[in-house]
Amino acid sequence: MSLTFAIIAAIVLTGAIGLSVLRKTVHCVLSLTIVFFGLAMLYIRLDAPFLGFALVLIYVSAVTILILFTVLLTRNREIETDVSPYSRGSIAGLIVGGSVFAGLIWMIYRAPLSRGITELESPASVKSLGERLMTEYVLPLEVIALLLTAAMIGAVIVAMKDPG
Amino acid sequence: MDSLSDYLLLSALLFSLGLCVTLVRRHAILVLIGIELMLNAANLNFIAFWRFGPNPEALDGLLFVLFSLAVAAAEAAVGLALILAVYRRYSVTDVENIDELKG
Amino acid sequence: MEVLLLSIKEQLVALFPAVLQPLAGHLLSITPVLGVFAGCFALTTVLERKALGRIQNRFGPNRVGPAGLLQPVADGLKMIFKEDIVPLKADRTVHFLAPVLLATTALLVFSVIPFGQAPDGRHLVPVDLEVGLIFFFAVGSLAELAVFMAGWSSRNKYAMLGAMRAIAQMISYEAPMLLSVLTVVLISGSLSLVDIVGTQAGGFWHWHVLTPWGAAAFLLFLTAALAESNRSPFDIPEAESEIIAGHMIEYSGFKYALFFLAEYLGLFAMTSLAVTLFLGGFHPPIPQLAFVPGPIWFFGKFVVIIAFFIWIRGTLPRLRMDQLLQLAWKFMLPMAVVLLIVAAAWHRISLTWGPVFGWLFCSPPVIMAYLMLGRGGAGKKGGPRVYRYVN
Repeated sequence: MSLTFAIIAAIVLTGAIGLSVLRKTVHCVLSLTIVFFGLAMLYIRLDAPFLGFALVLIYVSAVTILILFTVLLTRNREIETDVSPYSRGSIAGLIVGGSVFAGLIWMIYRAPLSRGITELESPASVKSLGERLMTEYVLPLEVIALLLTAAMIGAVIVAMKDPG
Repeated sequence: MDSLSDYLLLSALLFSLGLCVTLVRRHAILVLIGIELMLNAANLNFIAFWRFGPNPEALDGLLFVLFSLAVAAAEAAVGLALILAVYRRYSVTDVENIDELKG
Repeated sequence: MEVLLLSIKEQLVALFPAVLQPLAGHLLSITPVLGVFAGCFALTTVLERKALGRIQNRFGPNRVGPAGLLQPVADGLKMIFKEDIVPLKADRTVHFLAPVLLATTALLVFSVIPFGQAPDGRHLVPVDLEVGLIFFFAVGSLAELAVFMAGWSSRNKYAMLGAMRAIAQMISYEAPMLLSVLTVVLISGSLSLVDIVGTQAGGFWHWHVLTPWGAAAFLLFLTAALAESNRSPFDIPEAESEIIAGHMIEYSGFKYALFFLAEYLGLFAMTSLAVTLFLGGFHPPIPQLAFVPGPIWFFGKFVVIIAFFIWIRGTLPRLRMDQLLQLAWKFMLPMAVVLLIVAAAWHRISLTWGPVFGWLFCSPPVIMAYLMLGRGGAGKKGGPRVYRYVN
């Protein structure tokens, strides 16, 4: 483990822990953006700069802003003030999360992982990514486009005010 | 250079934290954020496996992440619209108070 | 000049120990960019105030220094020594982080813009990223987050309203802006700004602005850039007469100065991108003029666009919110999609038959789209304002 990785991992984990313990929802969303920044840095470190910046573009500027708008449109006073932000079954939730983590760790250390890394001549080029997207993966691309359109229309209709 | 297991460890931690957030927090938006966190942990795994895998020229892991980003965006939009609609109807965002269907 | 700058940098980097050399190299690339654009900021504020004064038939600042040129120094000193007031109910951490984030992102975007090229092919660019354009927009879009943080943390209804207006406007105009930029990406086949500038070398007839789609995309881009940087006529997020200063209302002293700086730097970034994408960047208009260094050409084009923006600000009145959103979604977005298709057609036609046929086949659809969308956009609401209580 190198120092850079350790720093970035610390950033990601700080954000993730922040969003699970902070009380105010807006603070949680802001610490979610820290997680995304860390993840984007990891993507860039893993020679995928296009995806790293796409992550920032999609998540930090679109999804987070959407979430923040929703937070502001749904003021919930009882959660913001004195009632505990955690649900009644939180102990059970923690146990489930912890056991999932234990299981994952067990699997990671059991798995025959290749320790080496294949050297790349250059980071994944956008051009080859686009070529693959337009030849081999053209059907998934179309399906995703359809899905996004359907989701957008659906979201608008669901969130629209009732005429009555 | 860091090894594959470091990335897997980090993403396992992120996934479990996301799961905990989803299960533990009361606010519906935070439940959604937990799901986003889990999705991103999976994305990190895809990229790590692509990079450390035997054939990084194939770009399959990257393309999968690209599609997953799009699906996550769609999911967030629809989920937030649902939360907004529920709030308009019952004026709650607390997942424990949305219990109309409870027998 | 480019060779001189690059060799000065190399000489200076060589003075550092080997461990620190990459760091020193980056620092040395950053410092001139910071200095030059901060200087531009100071000059532009005074020029803008003077030009606006002339347009409005008054003098503008003319007391400090020769012809009022030292006005920004006086303003800066005043800002720094002002008391920094944070509202009692404000969220102190977020309130502090918002201007910092905004200024950081406004400065970061300059790191992918090429300012010149040495004869041996090296570029005068802080970082040559393969995905430079995506970087530009990813970092640029962080401004939305900073504006939200500023508006939310101030605990002030005017700040919140201004922030919401600003974010709605930024998101609306980001879509047509990205689409109009995509036309250039489509033609030059690269996301790296260095490559995009490279395709426009060798005279003004190679510039992207001199094609039917390029001219239209350039105008769309300039409009969207005005809206993105919250400038008049799209300045409703901080309309002084309605909501005082929008998300900046609870900021004072140096933090307010940071907001002001970030706003102008955002405008400069958009202008630099427009110069790079459409106006050939640092390339001279005719190859015979290549003895004049690239940065001079770059900043010449830059100043022309900034002057155009100042002129617009002095001339056009502020839009209403509904007009603003209608312009973005009903006119600019479809227009940009049409331009994307036209650019693809241009690529095929001008490669096979030459640019004359390209003009012949590609300009009618652009004009048609403009006429139809312009007519359609100016429906009942978007038309001239009806003064119900006056007439």
